[in-house]
Amino acid sequence: MLWACVLLPSLALDSVLRGQPAPDHPLALVHGPAQQRRLVAVNLHARAAGLAPGQRLAEAQAVCLNLTTATYEPGRTRASLTLVAAWAYRYSAQVLLDPPRAIMLEVGKSMELFGPWPDFEARLRADLLQLGFAHRIALAPTPRAAHVLARQQDGSVVTTPEALPESLAAIAVTRAGLPDKLTGRLADMGMHRLGDLLALPRAALQRRFGKTLVEALDELLGKQPHALAAYQPPDRFTARTDLGCEVKQHQALLFPLRRMLSDLATTLAARDGGVERFVVRFGHMDAPPTALAIGLLAPERAADALFEVTRLRLEQTRLPHPVLDVSIAADDLPPFVPAARDLFTPHTAHALPWPQLCNRLHARLGNDAVYQLRVDPDPRPEAACVRDDATPATDTSTPPRPTWLLPRPIPLRGPAPTVLAGPERLETGWWDGGDIRRDYYVLELATGQRAWAFCAPGTRGPYMLHGWFA
Amino acid sequence: MAAVASLANLLAEQRVWRGKPTALAPGKQPTGLDALDAVLPANGWPEASLSEILLPADGMGELELLLPTLARLTRADRHVALVTPPYVPYAPAWQAAGVKLSRLGIIAAPAHDMAWAMEQALRSGSCGAVLGWPTRVDDRTLRRLQVAANTGNALGFVFRDRTALANPSPAALRLEVGRNQLLVRKCRGGNPPSPVAFARAGV
Repeated sequence: MLWACVLLPSLALDSVLRGQPAPDHPLALVHGPAQQRRLVAVNLHARAAGLAPGQRLAEAQAVCLNLTTATYEPGRTRASLTLVAAWAYRYSAQVLLDPPRAIMLEVGKSMELFGPWPDFEARLRADLLQLGFAHRIALAPTPRAAHVLARQQDGSVVTTPEALPESLAAIAVTRAGLPDKLTGRLADMGMHRLGDLLALPRAALQRRFGKTLVEALDELLGKQPHALAAYQPPDRFTARTDLGCEVKQHQALLFPLRRMLSDLATTLAARDGGVERFVVRFGHMDAPPTALAIGLLAPERAADALFEVTRLRLEQTRLPHPVLDVSIAADDLPPFVPAARDLFTPHTAHALPWPQLCNRLHARLGNDAVYQLRVDPDPRPEAACVRDDATPATDTSTPPRPTWLLPRPIPLRGPAPTVLAGPERLETGWWDGGDIRRDYYVLELATGQRAWAFCAPGTRGPYMLHGWFA
Repeated sequence: MAAVASLANLLAEQRVWRGKPTALAPGKQPTGLDALDAVLPANGWPEASLSEILLPADGMGELELLLPTLARLTRADRHVALVTPPYVPYAPAWQAAGVKLSRLGIIAAPAHDMAWAMEQALRSGSCGAVLGWPTRVDDRTLRRLQVAANTGNALGFVFRDRTALANPSPAALRLEVGRNQLLVRKCRGGNPPSPVAFARAGV
C-alpha cells in the first residue's frame, strides 16, 4: 500500500478566505474570551510583520497597525477538513482523517486508474488549488510516515518500506509526530534525529521509554497497523442557502434550489445512492419555517429530475411570508437502481420513464392522482374493482361485465330498453353489512348504447344504471 | 443516371407535392378489427399521432374498439394511461379483455390540468397509448397533444362528443362510432373511406 498525505498548513485561514481574492494586508484569525484574545493563524503579510500564532491580540495590534482580524471558528475548520476528505474519497476508497490539518489517502490502487504518481499528484494539486486550499503532499508506504514527510518536505516520495528508515533518519525528533512528553526527554538525552532513535535496540527503547514510543515508531515504519479514523461519507444530506434578503417570488427561489439540488445529486452520485424523500424548508423572519416534503416513487438522483419535481411542487405551494433562507434535508439515501433500458429500443429526446412521469404528475396533481386497478374476487360490482396495484387476482368472472362502472348507480330513464342478457342474480355481501340483492341485465337503449343495469329481484324495472359496455 | 438519381432523391425528401398522395408505409398498430384496418391508410391506428373518437353517447362500444389494442400494448409491457376517465374502469371486464392491469395507469386530474397531464404522458415516451376524456378542448390544445404524441411516439386517443365534428381538428384520424358502424371522418394519408360495419360482441 502507498499512502499520500495531504497536509493543509493554513486550513483555518483557508476555510475563512476560500473563494475570495487573497488579501494584500496582514490578516489574523483570533479566538478566545473578549479580554484575552489570541492569534490562532496569521497570513504571510502578518508573518512578515512579525506576528505569530499564540500572540495576544493586544500585542499584535501594537506591533502591526493595519492588522485586520476575523473570528476563528473551530467548527468551520473541521467542516473544511471533512470537505477535503469527501473530495479525496473520489480518488480512493480509504481516506484517513488526522485532525486538525491532514488527511491520508491510499493511492497504490488508485494509481492503476489515475495514472503514475507524478500525473496523479498533479491532478490532486490542481483540484486542491481549485478548492482553494494551500497544501503539501507526500507519498510513503505508511500513513504516519507520509504525514511526517509532508511536514518535512513538500513533494517527497518514498515508495518502498525498505527505503523508509533511511528517508526518515534525517528528520528531527520534534517533527516526527511523537508524543510531546517523550520528545523533550529524547532531546535531553541527545537524540535529535529519528535516525538516532531507529538505530537503538528496540528492547532497550521499550524498557526506558515504555510502550508508547515503540508503538509510535512501529506505526511510523508500518510494523504495526495505524489507529486513524477512516472517513465515511455521510448518510444524510443537508444544505442551506442564506438568501441575504427577503424573497417574495417563487422565481427567485429556483436558482438557489437548483444549486443545492445539484449538490445533492453530486453527493448521491459519490455514494452511488438515490433519494426517495427530502424536505425543503423556507425560513421566514418572524414565523416558523414552511416545510415542503417531497416524496418520489422510486429513488432518483438526476439533478434535473429532482429540480423538476421540486419546482412543480413549489408552484403548487403558497408561501405565507417572504423567504429569508432555503434549506434541504435528506435523511434517508437508499441505494439507487437505474432503470433498465433496452440498448436497441429507439428513444425519443424527451423520454421519461413511467416512474418519473408519475412523480411529475404527483407533484402537480397530488399524491393520489395516479393509481392502478386490481380485481378483487368479491361478486359485488362495487367491491370487485379495487384501487391499487398490490396483487392482481387471477380469478376472472365469466358473466358479462361492463368496461365502465358508474361511481354509484343512477336511475335509467327513457323508453323501454331491449334486454340482451339477464337476469343475473347477485345476492351477497351479508358479511360486512353491505349486502345487496339485485337482478342485473344487459340492456340496449334506443340510442344504441349498451347499459348494465339492475332492478329489484322479481321485477322488470325501473332500472338502475350501473355501467356501460363501452 | 445522375438526373434520375436526383429525381428519386427529390421525391424521397417529400419536398415536391404530387397530385396523388403517396401511400403510407403499413403501420405497426393494427386496430384488431380487420375491416377497419383494411380501409385505414396506415392499416391501423396512425402511429405516433392523435386519434379522435367521436361518440353520440357513452356505451357505444368505443372501448370495445380499443381494448384489443390496449391488450396488445400492455402485454408487450407498454404502459397505458387513462386520463380523467368519465366512469370507474371496471377492472374485471378490462382484465377479461386481456388488458394487463399492472400496466394500466389511471390519472385523475382536475379539468384545467387534464390537458397538461395528457400531454406529459404522451410526451414521456413511456406510454404506449394515452386515452383522454377532455371536458372541453380547443384546437390549440389538440395541436399540442398531437405534437406530444409525435414526440413521445405514443398513440393518443381523445374521446369527444360527436358535435365536435362541426369543428376542424388537427388529429390524424377522426373516427365516429355510430350504431353498429364506424365512420372515418378524417384520416391522414387518404380520403375518408365508406362506413365500416361494427358488430358488437355478443353477451
